[in-house]
Amino acid sequence: MASHLVVDGYLTTRPRLYGRGGLLIAGAFLWMGLFLFAPLGGLAGLAFAQRGEYGGVEWIFSWANLTRLAGWDEFGFSWSHLTILWRSVWLATVTTLLCLLLGFPMAFWIAAKRPAQRPLLLALVMVPSCVNLVIRTYAWQQFLGSQMPAAWLAQSLGLVPEGAALYPTVTAVYLGMVSCMLPFTVLPLYTSVERLDWSLVEAARDLHAGRWRTFRHGILAQCMPGLLAATILTFIPALGMFVISDMLGGAKFLLVGNLIQQQFGSMNDWPFGAMAGLFLVLASLVALWGLRIVSEREAPHHGARR
Amino acid sequence: MRNLPRWISPVSWIGLAILYIPLLAVGILSFNATRYGQQWGGFTTAWYAMMATNDAILAAAWNSLLVGVASTVIATVLGTLLALGLHRTPWPRWFRRGSDLAINLPVVTPDIILAIALVGAFAVLREWWAVFKPGLVTLIVAHATFQISFVTLVVSSRLATIGRDQVEAARDLYANTGQIWLRVLLPQLMPGIIAGALLAFTISLDDFVVSFFVSGPDATTLPLLIYASVRRGVTPEIHALSTIIVAGTMLAIIAVAWMQARRDAKPTE
Repeated sequence: MASHLVVDGYLTTRPRLYGRGGLLIAGAFLWMGLFLFAPLGGLAGLAFAQRGEYGGVEWIFSWANLTRLAGWDEFGFSWSHLTILWRSVWLATVTTLLCLLLGFPMAFWIAAKRPAQRPLLLALVMVPSCVNLVIRTYAWQQFLGSQMPAAWLAQSLGLVPEGAALYPTVTAVYLGMVSCMLPFTVLPLYTSVERLDWSLVEAARDLHAGRWRTFRHGILAQCMPGLLAATILTFIPALGMFVISDMLGGAKFLLVGNLIQQQFGSMNDWPFGAMAGLFLVLASLVALWGLRIVSEREAPHHGARR
Repeated sequence: MRNLPRWISPVSWIGLAILYIPLLAVGILSFNATRYGQQWGGFTTAWYAMMATNDAILAAAWNSLLVGVASTVIATVLGTLLALGLHRTPWPRWFRRGSDLAINLPVVTPDIILAIALVGAFAVLREWWAVFKPGLVTLIVAHATFQISFVTLVVSSRLATIGRDQVEAARDLYANTGQIWLRVLLPQLMPGIIAGALLAFTISLDDFVVSFFVSGPDATTLPLLIYASVRRGVTPEIHALSTIIVAGTMLAIIAVAWMQARRDAKPTE
């Protein structure tokens, strides 16, 4: 058993190395185990517990939180929770699409600039993502305020009543979401676009492919890795958002994030909040899994080049 | 790349506008003399002066700094040791895979899930230790928990670039284990440790979601203060504070980019 080995020119044994390594990693893993891994596991259990009479938690197994999230509570069926879940998924999907529609042209725009300008423009896109989210959302509130140019324009066009602000509205939420997520869409797309093999695009043109087919098979297929990364980086944070919907969407525009926050805050129903959290994790995993299938379907045809 | 469609450029400018216009609007409003509403009432820097003497803002700034420094120290020590222990031990493959998964978990988990997990953990621990009541301690512990992963990831990537030959050379010259760790490994690792610590510190300063869940009534950080003031009705001092944070963030990024460019320009290293 005590087989000796040489590490850093030093004769030692495996158990001795494990002992030293174990000591080094013990602190971090104990910390993360206590504050993260165990609580995450506990959360899954909590989702199937019950709210106690005075707001505490009663550890009795029940499916009640799940059926409640699906719409059935003691008063019968209601769409309210399903609407929230659906709205979250829909908002994240549309936000991702909008970000891709804006981000793809931006990636090309940057990649077409002179090499010296590219890092600068990329930095210009990334810098706002480092500014605190609350401040950026609050900045949108100010920009959309009733006495600002954007609101004047909408008022004079008759889109909103005289003297009204442009938030809380759904449009405001989308503006906030897109401006929050856009940098994370552009970055992976840009890395893909920058490495594009343009000879393939020219080959497509030489073969009389139309504009769409040139784009689809000459460009889009090559950008697939960046496109998938951009989708993941945009969709999953968008799914768990609650600050933007809270500050720009008003009290009626609830997302899963807001639901969780309410249950852990004013409603004091932690088990139900944990169940909503479980939905969020599962939805993220389903999204990841779906994107993986897409990437695998694309890979055999277009993966050989890289 | 020569013949891009014409609409690419205007669309890109729209994208940039969506990123910058709101920040610009707050910057302009912070110099607006009007106390209530957004009507332009002349240029003033009074809000910046008032902000600098506002006790609530100063207290929040102090808390942000305190939580940032304390959690960064904890996370840097634990994260660096974790990276060293993983890298310099011949762990079996399954253990390595599991550790990688564990380290990446906090990075990929949505903030709000981390937040409620921590809230739950503190509620249970509070039964035995009163220190876990919502406040500065819970903020520090919570921030350190998600910072450890970032420090470990940064330090690990630096460790991977350090070859074995220098360590072996030191051993040939009769350095003992302590000398190797302190005088060969640590100096080479320092840039990675500092980078990891800086990253952890900025994440702490920037955090809102986790802080929002675990903080108590008398421990407010700057993002929490701004969020709360939106609820209570915004004062122009908040415009000034936001503008300073935005400007500070941008200056910090420019400084880092400039230092990086200077280091890259050097012929050696």
